[in-house]
Amino acid sequence: MKYVDEFRDGALARGIAASIARQLRPGREYRLMEFCGGHTHAISRYGIADLLPPQLHLIHGPGCPVCVLPVGRIDQAIRLALEHEVILCSYGDALRVPASDGMSLLRARGRGAELRMVYSPLDALQLARARPGREVVFLALGFETTTPPTAVALRQARAEGIANFSVLCNHVLTPPAMRAILEAPGGVALDGFIGPAHVSTVIGSAPYVPFAREFGKPVVIAGFEPLDVLRAIQMLVAQIDAGRAEVENEFTRAVGLEGNRKAQALVAEVFALREAFEWRGLGTLLHSALRLRPEFAAFDAERRFAVPYRGVPDHKACECAAVLRGDRRPQDCRIFGTACTPDHPVGACMVSSEGACAAHYSYGRFRAPSRSSA
Amino acid sequence: MKIPHTRPLNLRQGKVEMAHGAGGRAMAQLVDELFARELGNAWLAPGDDGARLPPARGRLVMSTDAHVVSPLFFPGGDIGCLAVHGTINDVAVMGAAPRWLAASFVLEEGFPLAELARIVASMATAARAADVPVVTGDTKVVERGKADGVFITTTGVGVLAEGIELSGANAGAGDAVIVSGPIGDHGMAIMSVREHLAFESPIVSDTAALHGLIGALLAAVPATRVLRDPTRGGLAATLNEIAQQSRVGIVLDEAALPVRPAVAAACELLGLDPLDIACEGRVVAICPAAQAASALAALRDHALGGEAALIGEVVADERRFVQMQTRFGGRRMVDWLAGDALPRIC
Repeated sequence: MKYVDEFRDGALARGIAASIARQLRPGREYRLMEFCGGHTHAISRYGIADLLPPQLHLIHGPGCPVCVLPVGRIDQAIRLALEHEVILCSYGDALRVPASDGMSLLRARGRGAELRMVYSPLDALQLARARPGREVVFLALGFETTTPPTAVALRQARAEGIANFSVLCNHVLTPPAMRAILEAPGGVALDGFIGPAHVSTVIGSAPYVPFAREFGKPVVIAGFEPLDVLRAIQMLVAQIDAGRAEVENEFTRAVGLEGNRKAQALVAEVFALREAFEWRGLGTLLHSALRLRPEFAAFDAERRFAVPYRGVPDHKACECAAVLRGDRRPQDCRIFGTACTPDHPVGACMVSSEGACAAHYSYGRFRAPSRSSA
Repeated sequence: MKIPHTRPLNLRQGKVEMAHGAGGRAMAQLVDELFARELGNAWLAPGDDGARLPPARGRLVMSTDAHVVSPLFFPGGDIGCLAVHGTINDVAVMGAAPRWLAASFVLEEGFPLAELARIVASMATAARAADVPVVTGDTKVVERGKADGVFITTTGVGVLAEGIELSGANAGAGDAVIVSGPIGDHGMAIMSVREHLAFESPIVSDTAALHGLIGALLAAVPATRVLRDPTRGGLAATLNEIAQQSRVGIVLDEAALPVRPAVAAACELLGLDPLDIACEGRVVAICPAAQAASALAALRDHALGGEAALIGEVVADERRFVQMQTRFGGRRMVDWLAGDALPRIC
């Protein structure tokens, strides 16, 4: 595949890996967090850890959209589908996330809920056009990458006056989550961030500057291909060794300083900041998520239907919260691979392909514990 | 005996009606004018409740498969030929020569007879090409909304020659793992229709009857230990099943895996892994390493095995993990797929 295989080249990878190994200072540990689930997935899927020296640690961050949604948000979607009998449209990842009382959206389907897996909110809008007699709700989730498509669908719905379409908005923001990780009392020790790929195409590289300036943590924005990740690690190591903390951009083929101004304008037209939003693992963060603007109130499922958000604690044994903060590794959780597997997930991190637990279980669990606990 | 019908079945505009499954004249007419006409053979002709089959030399192998694919028609095939191929292949990977098929239809009230006729004609063509007749069948009709057009269950019986003992439990450390052609074609052909993905060259299902190919392989390498067709769950599920049954590990070489560029691109777009995607015309063979070259040669000599490849080896591993050496230079597990990313693929 053109423009893809070039970024998965094994010979180039070995070259960069060897150069990283030469660069590392003996006796120093390097702790890098990849914020995005997309990076977590790439690291596991291509076996990138196998190319790196043991003194370099990759710590999985919270950037997995369905993982950071607390149970109460999935409960809301289930109540919409079961009690308000809407057709609920969702990205596939959210369907198997465990909710309260042993439920999930998929199990709700077994109890009569009408559920559609979609690849785009425009598919949900199309369904609303085709089924004017039914309420169609799109379960919107994700970071800055998936927000513009939701905005497009909402603008289109308003322009066409599609009265039976609405959105249950769970869009969240990356910078507040990064800040929460760094400000957590007794939080994880980090030397730098592998910065988001697709998120950065939208917001640009400027929003990461405070993490370098205020917290002294270098950030290197990287694409989701395995060579991107290796190259970003190399750039981070160079910064750390030189005592620098800057925002650098490995993903220049897609990310600029300012990001995508059109997409930003679109998002600003449709969405406003929520006062506060509860995240799994990170707690309630101020100004960390989006809601629909009053002009779009008619399309806001939370206003149209009585489904108030109720906070629900995670399963007692589940350590998703600590895994999302980077405090614990998936394999440190007592129920990892025993009570909690991709077939019977207890926590959301075991569901999504971008979740740290699912990635480690599906791709990495053959590694001897001694290697990963090094 | 033919029942005289006042008007012939309207195969252009007609629809399936409840009466077509009710046991009365309408059902007899549907059987006569559609099923028997298309699938006709000496066993079906008497119109009895079952088929009287000749004695067979050897043990019998029997397998059954329900087909619920959506959409019913897809690039490279339809539910009719798929129902024939699917069951023939299940019998064939047991090492048996498929001889007879039974077919059961569940039809949804209101389904166009024209489409049913296309499906039955496609079944008949596939059965004739494979030389495996449909010798008995059944038709039921359910109310509109209680099924999705047509569901077809086929059952196959084959004859197993003396000395052939294939089983998923036979793989041993050191054995070679071979696949007969590119993976994921069927699943991505279906997905590209469902998701309206258009490619310059469309992805075409690989649906095919494999008993000829498998016969050639077994003739060349009688010591073949395991054969399996990687349908639902793809190569990943098939290899994990074998690893479990044989209590071994398997290590694949990503660079050796045959995947068509269009399939790889479609998987990339949809976030899928070709290893998880169903094939309907491929076989995985595990044989002693010393005979891997003969097995490959036999497969490649056959029209359906031209792109056969040696993709990995069986290793001793108590954990029974399937792993892959990535092209990138790392290693990863190849696990079963969790949940059902691709429902109703066959």
